[in-house]
Formats: sequence, C-alpha cells, structure tokens
Amino acid sequence: MQRLRERLAACIRRREKAMGLFMTSGFPDPESTLAILREMDRGGADFIELGMPFSDPLAEGLPIQRSSERALQGGVRMKDTFNTAAAFCAESNTPLLLMGYANPIRQYGISAFCRDARAAGIEGLILADVPLEEHLPFASEAAAADLASVLLIAPNTPNDRIREIDKAATGFVYAVSITGLTGSGLGAIQQVEAYLKRARDMVREHPLLAGFGIRTHEDAVRLSRHTDGFIVGSALIEKVETLWNDGSKPAKTHLEEIRRFVRALKNGDEDA
Amino acid sequence: MEKTHPLPDERGHFGLYGGVFVPETLIPAIEELRKAYGAARKNPAFRQELDAMLTEYAGRPTPLTFCERLTTALGGPKIYLKREDLCHTGAHKINNTIGQILLARRMGKTRIIAETGAGQHGVATATVCARFGLQCIVYMGEEDVGRQHLNVLRMRLLGADVRPVSSGSRTLKDATNEAIRDWVTNVHNTFYIIGSVVGPHPYPMMVRDFHRVIGDETRLQLHDMEGRPTPDAVVACVGGGSNAIGLFYAFLRDTHVRLYGVEAAGEGLNGRHAATLTKGSPGILHGAMSYLLQDEEGQVQLAHSISAGLDYPGVGPEHAWLRDTGRVHYASATDAQAIEGVKLLAKTEGIIPALETAHAIGWLPDGIREMARNEIVVVNCSGRGDKDMSTIAKHL
Repeated sequence: MQRLRERLAACIRRREKAMGLFMTSGFPDPESTLAILREMDRGGADFIELGMPFSDPLAEGLPIQRSSERALQGGVRMKDTFNTAAAFCAESNTPLLLMGYANPIRQYGISAFCRDARAAGIEGLILADVPLEEHLPFASEAAAADLASVLLIAPNTPNDRIREIDKAATGFVYAVSITGLTGSGLGAIQQVEAYLKRARDMVREHPLLAGFGIRTHEDAVRLSRHTDGFIVGSALIEKVETLWNDGSKPAKTHLEEIRRFVRALKNGDEDA
Repeated sequence: MEKTHPLPDERGHFGLYGGVFVPETLIPAIEELRKAYGAARKNPAFRQELDAMLTEYAGRPTPLTFCERLTTALGGPKIYLKREDLCHTGAHKINNTIGQILLARRMGKTRIIAETGAGQHGVATATVCARFGLQCIVYMGEEDVGRQHLNVLRMRLLGADVRPVSSGSRTLKDATNEAIRDWVTNVHNTFYIIGSVVGPHPYPMMVRDFHRVIGDETRLQLHDMEGRPTPDAVVACVGGGSNAIGLFYAFLRDTHVRLYGVEAAGEGLNGRHAATLTKGSPGILHGAMSYLLQDEEGQVQLAHSISAGLDYPGVGPEHAWLRDTGRVHYASATDAQAIEGVKLLAKTEGIIPALETAHAIGWLPDGIREMARNEIVVVNCSGRGDKDMSTIAKHL
C-alpha cells in the first residue's frame, strides 16, 4: 500500500485535493474497461477504484447497479478483474484499489484473494458491506498481503465510532457524504459540510476523502473543503453508459470525452 | 422471553453464521434497534402489550388439529397440524409484524418498510400499519406482483404503497435489496420490518423470538391432548425459515424430537430450485453469513419455486447453524410434491394450505414412512392457500 500512501501524502503536501475515480470492472464491456482506466489516469486521477461486480450491490444507486449487471452479463469474472488490474498497474504508477462486496471475496478465499490482488499490483480494498464489526478477517489478510483496507464513515456515524474507524482503517477513511446510495443527490450542502468538518476533527490518523453524490467540479470543491480529496463514481459511470449506448461515434472519441470529463472534474476547466 | 439456548452471541453470531454485513450508514440504526429490542424483551409492559395483541387481534392461540383422515391415508404416525393458517391475515407472519410494529412505535418511527415474496408478510405488515395508522411501503418483485395479485390488492386496500421491483430476478431477493436501499436512504425515520429470520443481527434473533409462540403453544396443547409435551417429530417448510424456527425453537433442547425442515426443490435438485441448505454453500447476503445459492464466483444465483414465499436463494443464519450441528434435518419437496400436498390436505382434512406449507405436507408420504403408528408428528400449517388459487388452478 506504499504507493497509495505516498500518492495521498504527495497531494496533501502540494495542498492539492486528491481525486479518486471509480469504474466497474467489465463495464461497459470486457474489452473497454482497461482503455477507460487509462483515460481516467491521463485525465488526472490520483487513484482509481476498480469495482468488482456483485449480483446484489445493496449500497448502490441505479447507475452502478446497472453497470454491475451489464458487466456480469458480459461474463466478467474475478480473474478478468485481476488481469485488467495487472495490465493497468504494469504501465501506470497511479494506485489502484478494488471496491465491492464481501461475498465474492469470501468465495474466492480471503487469503488467496488478497495474495492475487497484491500480485496484480492492487494497493487496497474497499468493501461496502463490511463494517468495523466484521472487518477483522478481511483486514488481517489484507495487511498480510500489504493491501490497505479502507473503511467508510457516514453522516450518522457517532464521533467515538469515527475515531475507532480511523484507528482500524489503513490507506484512508472514506466519508460517505450522505445517508443514501451511490449516485444520490447531495441534499442540503450546509449539512454535508458540517458533517465533513466534524469528520475531519475526528479523523486524525489517515487522509479523509469524501464520496457519493459528487457529479461536478463544483461539488468536488465544496466537499473537499474539509477533506483531503473526493471520489467520483456514478457520474462517470453514467458518462460511459451514455457514450457507449450512442453508437454514432467511434470508440476513440468516447475515450477522448472520458479524459475531458475527468479533467473537468479535477480542474473545472471544460476545455482543458 | 427467556432463552432456551444461548445463541446468537453478543455480536449476532450462530457459530460461523449471522453477523452484521451492512453499509456503515445502517450501523447506527441497527445499534438503536438492538438496544430498543434488548430493553423491550425484558420489559413486562411490552410483553403484556404483545400478548394482548396476539390474543385479541391475531387470534392466538391457534389450534393444534389432529388430522384423523390424513393419518389414516398415510398409514403412519399420528399427524397434528399447528394451525397458523387460522391467524389473522392467514399465516404465521402476523406474529412477527405485531412484535416489530410495537417496537417501532416505542422507538418513535413513523415510516414502515417491508419486503415481501408471496405477499403474506407484506399483507401482515400493511395490516399492523393500518391498525396503528403508520405509513407503509412494501417492496415486491415484479414476478411476484403477477403471481400473487390477490395479496397486492389486499395490501393496497390496507393502505400500503406496493412498489414493484424490476431489478435482478424480480422476486424476493431483489425486493429485499430494494428495501435495504430504502432503509439506507431514509434511515432517520424508517423502521424496516423484515419478514423472516434473515438480515443483520438482531433481526434473526428478534424474528425468532416473536415466532417462538408457535412452538410454545404446541407444547402445552400436545400435553393436553396427548399427555406429553413433545412429539416424536416436527416438520415445517423453510424459505427464509421463520415459521420453522418458530416451531422448532421450543424443541431444540429435546434431543429425542426429530426436527425436519423442508426446502423447495422446485423442478428438482438438479434443475432450478430453492433448496439453499440442501444444495448451497456458506456465503454473505442481505446482512448475514448463512447458506446461499451461489456460483463459484460468489454471485448469488436465482432460486426457483412454485411458491413465491420459498423462492429465495438465502436462508436464516440460525438454520445454517442447525444444519451444520445436525440438530435439524433439512429435506426438500418439489413443485409437483407441493401440489400433491395441497390436494392431499384439501381432500383428507378440508384444509387448503399455502403453497409454502404444502411443501411440508407433500414431503410427509416419503418423510414419515419409517415412523411407527404410535408416534406423533406435528406439522406447521404456516398459511392458508387462498392466495395461491390461481397457481394451484393450473395444476388441477
């Protein structure tokens, strides 16, 4: 997890907000994921979360649900995800994490999974349905394989629990910006900011990044005022979905648009 | 409510199984529920309120019926039915929704959500919401909305907002996903009434506690009718497993009582089925570790059963534990056996069971073959079959 740690530390040193981007493995089709990851990287991602599709993704809103379903229908398997990760990591220093749900990992074997993930160049794990209470078996195998295990907090997480999570997490702490699903609206911004400010006061040992509901550069700026950076998933998934469903343009222009979209998320400059 | 065995542990584990595999957003809600239920189960006023509702509203105690003609027809042990089909709303599900709605009121929650497969839990939830004037939203797979249309109409008449779910298999599994997503989104004012002994801790324990009245009554009734509190065998159908746990729980420590859970074998165990404990493997779904129908990649597989209430690829974690320890024997009955079960009970006893229940009945001819005539078997008649008439009609 050294690369992840160094990358986030470098962003903090430069007083730059880190940008994490999420993409579902095998989406929009098995061949395109790697090319999209490359554009996300070139567009300025500081780290990338590669989503492991699951049949029952209960924390996801419709865009990521649809992307998982499409990826699974396309036949993506865990070994494809590892292959995509390995190909990406062979050509880029941008840290790659895996994000998903507990069951596919348990079925693979937690220890074997962590070992194979590390061998593919993965830096860390984020599991949406593994809270602190169930974290240990995953965290200990992750640690043994030198993978970060990121934990999430939510707006309704009490202060003392946030402190506990900060102690147990490695890599960074993921602040879910809203009580809701990925891709939901942000709602009252003052409330979100007050929560993130409170979270910042509690999370002292790790970088803190905000995610869920961030669609634009403006959202990103507002939500990273009190945090070390931000994570975008559903908005990017929707962008890919729209582009790939529109058969009128060649794939090359789709990829250019992805890069432009990502740059705009980071810099706010639509023409960059 | 005293415990008769010490599980789950503090963290909601039945051996390997159970736990709280949920997004962080739900942890405060689950913690609040765990504390509220912990206080309520020790509070005599809550117990009184619950007992009064069960008696005056749900119609408890339900009878234990000796099935003279069914016994003769099968030529084996004496068969008794525990008549949960006579509960208000037509199934055992009301025991649990009464318990949970009383808890929701104590917790000041104003918005109630539920998932439903066959619609029996949805109807039981809509019923108690109407009784207490609370908003009720029921998630139901599109496939089930079609095959259990009568129950959709009942829920709507009771004032519930029935939301069809079109994701995944469009059955109970996906209705449950959608209910959990609603809960994540509206956690501040919403109480999720889960309909079976599934989900994150404390649900499997709490739902079991609310249904254990089934077995507790059976002991007393059997004592009056047969002069002994324990039968030789107990049989119940298992989807998520709530009616089965409700009946089994009173007999877990009586190791001479053989316990049989009957899963849905659908088109057969080598075809499409819902026999999770018979053919599945350990896995994590809907907040808990239990047995699961899954592929080698850990993706949850579609279940199939003629009965919407058993059409679920998971099962309660306590059943997983009871399977591994060997205390309960899990068997299965096919769609065809269930239909035969409906016909058998209708013609011999004048009772039309729900298709779920019919799996337990349909298993009897094979399952009790080795039993002696002086032995006693109690079958949980978990629900009545009115809701299934359109499905049953296709097989008459």
